[in-house]
Amino acid sequence: MSVGIGVAGTLGRSDPLQVIQESRSPGGSRLSGRGGWRSLRVWRLVVLALAGLYFLVPLWAAFRFSLNYVGPGFSDQAYTQLTAQQGFSTAIWLSVQLAIVTTIVELAIMVPTTIYIHLRLPRLKRVMDFVTALPIVVPPVVLILGVLQVAPNRLKSTPFLLALEYVVLAVPFSYRALDAGVRSLDLQTLVDASRSLGGGWLTTMRRVLMPNMRVAILSATVLTVALVLGEFTMASLDLQQTFPTWIVVFDQTNAHVSVAASLMALLLTWVVLIGISFFGGARGKSGGPR
Amino acid sequence: MTALSRPDDLSVMASGSTDGTWGDGLPGASHGGTSVALRDLSCVFGTVRALDGFSIDIAPGELLALLGPSGCGKTTALRILAGFESASTGQVVVDGQDIQSVPAQKRNMGMVFQSYSLFPNMTVIENVAFGLRLRKVSNSDRKGKAMSLLEMVELADRANRYPHQLSGGQQQRVALARALAIEPRVLLLDEPLSALDAKVRVQLRDQIRALQRRLSITTLFVTHDQDEALSMADRVAVMRAGKLEQVASPAELYDEPQTPFVAEFVGTMNRLPGKLTGQGKVVVLGREVVARGPFSAGMPGTEVDVMVRPEALVLVPVHGANGIVTAVTFRGAQSRVEVLLWADVSVKVDVPSAEATTLALGMSVDVSLALDDVLVDAKRDRLAVQPEGA
Repeated sequence: MSVGIGVAGTLGRSDPLQVIQESRSPGGSRLSGRGGWRSLRVWRLVVLALAGLYFLVPLWAAFRFSLNYVGPGFSDQAYTQLTAQQGFSTAIWLSVQLAIVTTIVELAIMVPTTIYIHLRLPRLKRVMDFVTALPIVVPPVVLILGVLQVAPNRLKSTPFLLALEYVVLAVPFSYRALDAGVRSLDLQTLVDASRSLGGGWLTTMRRVLMPNMRVAILSATVLTVALVLGEFTMASLDLQQTFPTWIVVFDQTNAHVSVAASLMALLLTWVVLIGISFFGGARGKSGGPR
Repeated sequence: MTALSRPDDLSVMASGSTDGTWGDGLPGASHGGTSVALRDLSCVFGTVRALDGFSIDIAPGELLALLGPSGCGKTTALRILAGFESASTGQVVVDGQDIQSVPAQKRNMGMVFQSYSLFPNMTVIENVAFGLRLRKVSNSDRKGKAMSLLEMVELADRANRYPHQLSGGQQQRVALARALAIEPRVLLLDEPLSALDAKVRVQLRDQIRALQRRLSITTLFVTHDQDEALSMADRVAVMRAGKLEQVASPAELYDEPQTPFVAEFVGTMNRLPGKLTGQGKVVVLGREVVARGPFSAGMPGTEVDVMVRPEALVLVPVHGANGIVTAVTFRGAQSRVEVLLWADVSVKVDVPSAEATTLALGMSVDVSLALDDVLVDAKRDRLAVQPEGA
């Protein structure tokens, strides 16, 4: 269960309708002709409007609710008092720490693994597709209960255990983002070229492969961060008060502030994700890192 | 010319110059070359035997082409020399030293790949300087040498562009400059021209050959294109099913193929029916000539295929002769005429284009042999098998 914070899609995805337009055959299709394209344009607007309503109406309702803090009139007190609420900053800081640790561990494991699978064990790609999907198939409740049975007591009392659980939970998303990035490269040739010029494995990873996987790594980072900032079940069962668990707990005493916190968190996450995406896109246009 | 220090970890594998400097490697310099010997190499991938006791020597400064059909093991041999693959058995000897245990990154072998292998995140000059950077060459020397190499491949004005801003031919020229920048002991070319269009391919192969001669660098060139191999190489090694069929100069390979496979793989070859007469002779097209090859010593009366190139046949328009013209293809100075001799035997004959204009489809012509010795092979079912070189 996720509270308040959505998961962003992968970076650089094209408009599907644009893809349809680009892929139409020159010989003509069912969409050919002025009338067909006008009809498509209308349907595109209808779909966009419906999707927008589906997405924005609940947010608008939540926003309205958060403004009714002191009676029937509108007030911004739910927002101005947000940071002063007990446990707010601690919960935010814990979530940020978890996001940082999880992302670092996730990338440290998954980047070399994905490259190694493609380079040395390509026959295992299908197995990896299956194995990395398991964290989605197995419910988080089952995962956390299993982990709590076997985890050392020393680890159970620290948030680090939760970070390790998040690493597993983020594998399906990070692997697919990295896998797509690796598939877009002529990996074997780049590695061979680097080695023939004197590059060892670390140099090849650092100077050749990782810069060319920048967008894939950013996608994996975005997905991992979004997942960690929005995850509730594992944090709750692990008795850690992350930002999502704080929102749920605080909701029982002050629903208006809780909803305001959700909206602020959503806004903050969007800003961060758009910032990461923009950063990646800008570097991409300039030709990438040196 | 700039004197550059060679890093210690590569000094063992240092090429050509033994004085510990890199400076001589700038354009125009001669390395003296490195000798290479691949000895009895075998390599197995699963159930496929890519190399089967393959041996060859490359002389210092020589350009040797490995030529063969897809899957014959030529790229495997090159990758073993580069250090990207390990041989199951055999030795890789460079300047008298077995380098099987030396990792690829310490072999100091420059390589140009079939697919565009420039690093997309680096500019042209950064690509060329990459190997020098790893060798901790100073920034100014690195840039100076990279620019010299880019001037050599006539791309100095593209130094700050990214690979995706270059054409395929330009990318391969940058890849060549990058491979030469590290002053490799051996230059390895893995079908570097196969992704290019015909005109660029001819231009680039001339450039590569000129550079290779100028630098006198030992070069192994893998290709399946016989035109490339014959026009560029000092010697050509023809491979088949992981084994060496024949290694010889281009002219010798074309004129005196030792096996029917080489004869048909290199150039165009006709198969004419002949009959052995004993004492190493064969009758073909009404003439008795000397027979060569493993099948020449058969019993008298044995039917064989006689292998003759199109230019070794003479064609004269004669009414009621032994052949009928079925096709004429203009090929510049020469035209190729297809003649149906009898039943299922069809041959290709090269004639000057000026003479070919007098030929018409269905015209009767006399085809005769202009050789005194020919290669013979076992008789093959003509309806089932067409010559590969045709």
